[in-house]
Amino acid sequence: MTTRYTQDHEYVRLDGTTGTVGISNYAQEQLGDIVFVELPAVGAEFKKGDEIAVVESVKAASEIYAPVSGKVVAVNERLADEPGLVNADAAGDGWLVKFELSDAGELDGLMDEAAYTDFAV
Amino acid sequence: MAQDNADLLKTALYDRHVAAGGRMVEFGGYALPVQYAGIVAEHNHTRQAASLFDVSHMGQMVVTGPDHETTIAALEALTPGDLASLAPGQMRYTVLLNAKGGIEDDLMVTRPAAGEAPDGVIFMVVNAARKHHDLALMQKALPEGVSVTLRDDVSLLALQGPAAAEVLGGHTDVADRLAFMETLPATIGSIPASVSRSGYTGEDGFEISVANEDAPALFDLLMANPLVKPAGLGARDSLRLEAGLCLYGHDMDDTIDPVSANLLFAIGKRRRAQGGFIGDEAVMARLAQGVAERRVGLRFEGRQPVREGAELIDENGAVIGRVTSGTFAPTVEASIALGYLPADLAAMDTPITAMVRGRPVAGAVVATPFVPHRYVRKA
Repeated sequence: MTTRYTQDHEYVRLDGTTGTVGISNYAQEQLGDIVFVELPAVGAEFKKGDEIAVVESVKAASEIYAPVSGKVVAVNERLADEPGLVNADAAGDGWLVKFELSDAGELDGLMDEAAYTDFAV
Repeated sequence: MAQDNADLLKTALYDRHVAAGGRMVEFGGYALPVQYAGIVAEHNHTRQAASLFDVSHMGQMVVTGPDHETTIAALEALTPGDLASLAPGQMRYTVLLNAKGGIEDDLMVTRPAAGEAPDGVIFMVVNAARKHHDLALMQKALPEGVSVTLRDDVSLLALQGPAAAEVLGGHTDVADRLAFMETLPATIGSIPASVSRSGYTGEDGFEISVANEDAPALFDLLMANPLVKPAGLGARDSLRLEAGLCLYGHDMDDTIDPVSANLLFAIGKRRRAQGGFIGDEAVMARLAQGVAERRVGLRFEGRQPVREGAELIDENGAVIGRVTSGTFAPTVEASIALGYLPADLAAMDTPITAMVRGRPVAGAVVATPFVPHRYVRKA
């Protein structure tokens, strides 16, 4: 599976034509304790760069942008009661939405793991 | 997300914050830790044990007059607080007002304990972002013979939480001798300090004024107790919100009077009747005729934080009020806020809707504090 990162610290992990989107471990550390996550409706369509979610800590609300264009096929329902999953396991159980990608070519403009690690640290 | 702190002022504890893993941010012109381990963990630790906060950015002031009566009379002309009734070693919360009754700042006024300072000296603590403003305002307004200085030679540490008395009691008997809103000089370890039983968390606790050069040693001494962890500005803000305590520049400002802000306890009973302070006409008129809007506590359904700036609407969608502080509160595990509503809609249990990113969030007016205060008052 391929994982790509944006400069806004979102990741998209590709599995076939479905991309799982979340925020990086670096981003969750910077945001601190997540107390609320606002997610889009399943079926909603977004263009790359659109606001798709809001992740809120005690201190502030942070917008999350679509790393690629596509249609939402699933959202992480567990976050409604357990928003702290984003802190505990940002790359795993703390995922935000699953996308059906409309243009896999958009992944080329994103950073791979090594490039992102250099960028974020 | 990283921040350049080069132009910011540093407290005497800056190196301790960095060494303890504090994430440094700008606040009131200072580089201060917003958090160390995490806001929620620090918040909960303060409610369960004891946390140490560096609040050295706040303005510690000294007002000096020829004798106690003269100094108190001069300060009562500037504030609506009943300061004449302060006994030695007592402190009181009050506000500085402008001629329209707007709040220029909120502050603590302390009469030194017997023998702690010469007759005619009063201590004050004001907000960091307002200290130079307050100094100028007071220098202009105080009569000849009464002067005010802003101290830059002292730090201020706050030890807050149910274990604070046990921790401080390991070093000085002053911890047991003080009740809420009292002050005494103390020697902590070998460090001379001025200790008051007060704070901004709703918990029992102490605020300790100490020379800058002694602040790191005092920090180390208190941190050596395993009950104590450091806490930053983030937890300080969520704790004070749960305690229903106002933050200057957010829940009140120079356009809001203390009656609307629900700060009647900052106005002495004698002062309400007699006046004789800047802004007295405006305050007394509002006391007599009522206010147009009032500060309230709000509690919302679900986990969505409703933050400063959110509009409050009625059932027709008309904007009737605003939120001035709000977050998801760790101890009450609910979305809570302070805000302003028309006085006739400010009654307990009145349903109210907040708008967050264009969506309604249902809530109601509730009593404050959201978490009961646990101050240790005199028996």
